[in-house]
Amino acid sequence: MWTRRVWLGLRASAGGRRGFPSKADPQGSRRVTAELIEHLERLALVDFGSQEAVARLEKAIAFANRLRAVDTDGVEPMESVLEDRCLYLRSDNVVEGNCAEELLQNSHHVVEEYFVAPPEKHMEITPFCLWTPPSKHH
Amino acid sequence: MATPVLRWCCPGRRWVFAGIGGVSRHGRGVPTGSTSSGKRGQSSVAQQPLITAQKPRKGEREWAAVVGLEIHAQIASNSKLFSGSQVDFAAPPNSLVSFFDASLPGTLPVLNRRCVEAAVMTGLALDCHINRRSLFDRKHYFYADLPAGYQITQQRLPIAVNGSLVYSVCVGKRRSQMVTKTAGVKQIQLEQDSGKSLHDSLRSQTLIDLNRAGVGLLEVVLEPDMSCGEEAAAAIRELQLILQALGTSQANMAEGQLRVDANISVHNPGEPLGVRTEVKNLNSARFLAKAIDYEIQRQINELENGGKILNETRSFDYKLGCTVPMRDKEGKQDYRFMPEPNLPPLLLYDSESLPTGTDPQQVINIDQLREQLPELPRVTREKLVQQYGMLPEHSFALLNEVGLLEFFQNVIKETRAEPKKVTSWVLNTFLGFLKQQNLAVSESPVTPSALAELDLLDRKAISSSAAKQVFQELWRSKGKTPAQIVAEKKLELMQDAEALEQLCRSTLEAHPQVVTDVKKGNPRAINKLIGLVRRATLGRADPTVIKEVLERQLSL
Repeated sequence: MWTRRVWLGLRASAGGRRGFPSKADPQGSRRVTAELIEHLERLALVDFGSQEAVARLEKAIAFANRLRAVDTDGVEPMESVLEDRCLYLRSDNVVEGNCAEELLQNSHHVVEEYFVAPPEKHMEITPFCLWTPPSKHH
Repeated sequence: MATPVLRWCCPGRRWVFAGIGGVSRHGRGVPTGSTSSGKRGQSSVAQQPLITAQKPRKGEREWAAVVGLEIHAQIASNSKLFSGSQVDFAAPPNSLVSFFDASLPGTLPVLNRRCVEAAVMTGLALDCHINRRSLFDRKHYFYADLPAGYQITQQRLPIAVNGSLVYSVCVGKRRSQMVTKTAGVKQIQLEQDSGKSLHDSLRSQTLIDLNRAGVGLLEVVLEPDMSCGEEAAAAIRELQLILQALGTSQANMAEGQLRVDANISVHNPGEPLGVRTEVKNLNSARFLAKAIDYEIQRQINELENGGKILNETRSFDYKLGCTVPMRDKEGKQDYRFMPEPNLPPLLLYDSESLPTGTDPQQVINIDQLREQLPELPRVTREKLVQQYGMLPEHSFALLNEVGLLEFFQNVIKETRAEPKKVTSWVLNTFLGFLKQQNLAVSESPVTPSALAELDLLDRKAISSSAAKQVFQELWRSKGKTPAQIVAEKKLELMQDAEALEQLCRSTLEAHPQVVTDVKKGNPRAINKLIGLVRRATLGRADPTVIKEVLERQLSL
């Protein structure tokens, strides 16, 4: 873990606040700073372990930024593809529950009938390597 | 805990920093105004609250406090907000948890109709505008008792907005007058409760019980219209009574059904609002006002000493009696709100817009709910004042205790006594005994009929002091009627006028000094004589009659 901290520190000192310029971003103002990486890592519990992951993040941002090319002036945003569906209302009856044993089987660590929470620093961190930017040729 | 030194009382409380040991500071120069960084919302000049007249001494500054509240009330429903598992306070750990509550993949939220009705009814009772269309969102944060990693709430467009909560506070030197106040209701939203974490310090681990995860909550946000702990506590109390009257929540703070967070800031009147802190964990009705007042005074002291208030989250430590910063809040939380993709907008209707040919189970008619609203506490109190001519504060007292109003009404039914007399019996004598022995009305050994009978005797056959004795006896021994007790203890009024005359005469003879005082014109001396005669008659004579006889004998 400490090697990663050192790496981030080096990046911060080397690049100052400039971060990494994003080649795919025509406006060139969106930088992915070290602070942003740390912030995202904390919020989303992902691990930007390498420069490659950060580059992938920047490509993702650039890809999404292409939406700005669409003129949406005066257009009401669609908040949900379900907006014309009816929201089903359930009657207030008890129909589920009573499956503690089943649920507890999912947990590594159990004390009596309680789940044991992992100590915070051991919370599961996902490596940020699951997304690849789409290629331009579809 | 050091009691903060305060100068004036609520409402319209003006807070003054009185320095250490109550000595005001002179010649110190006026400290710079409250910090303006991070002030809430727009910088607006606060409204001048009511002032009790007391001129500030030189060197003292005036402060006004601003308190806003966020209240979470557990909805009284059989099942949870988005799943069909049961809502119950005490059950074996993790036994009331469905697959959705445990956040297993592939599960989806299904909205509980009863929770929506509860939200609408509460909104109507608080004079809110009910949004015909409201939306659900996800609020993301990581905590072991939130298995999904997000809470479903209503951040963008809640179900009800722009209402008001009317409450009353006691004012005046003897706190005998009631003044009506209003706190704006910013919004009411539906959201999920989280599970419970129990910290096992022995094995230094945290145990998680998800029984509470997914229970429906009503979050009621009150505007920062309150100015001290007492007002906040009064507002909370009224909200509790409203929720209980509606049946939308049992609102019992001790059982965690009602939780309060306060947003507190101070400023100099006429200047912009100060930086606010959020105080969480105010879950006791008793300590609510104290905690808020403590935080207000802490902020005043800090600013007076030239310090700054941080926009932070604090917790109230009940043992220490003070607010402390909450540890693991590094920087501002970013909840990354996003629309809940699995739920379409919630649509509500009224009688006009109700779509035809739809399953009534699938539509909610606001007008129908409005018609079915039960009587609100405010209305009940007004009716009591109108019908029985009682003082507003008495109507408050009657509604403040579970079952007391019903008890009162039952006594009224069985007696022809004046309502004021009954009110006095119930609120003074009866309630006094209940409080002394820490009993609920339902546990009272004295029934309404017994009290009605006692009152009857009080008027005709026994004196008031004897009546009190009978009451005490009624309380202690079940099954006996007031008439029986009076007979047993020989408490009937003295019928023998001659015996009374004799007693009075002998009392006068035994206390010549007091007689002289009376003749001199001392108005209180006669009371002493009356007291002596009463004791001699063992409480069996009416004080008014005694007074008559004495005055006649003294030829006054």
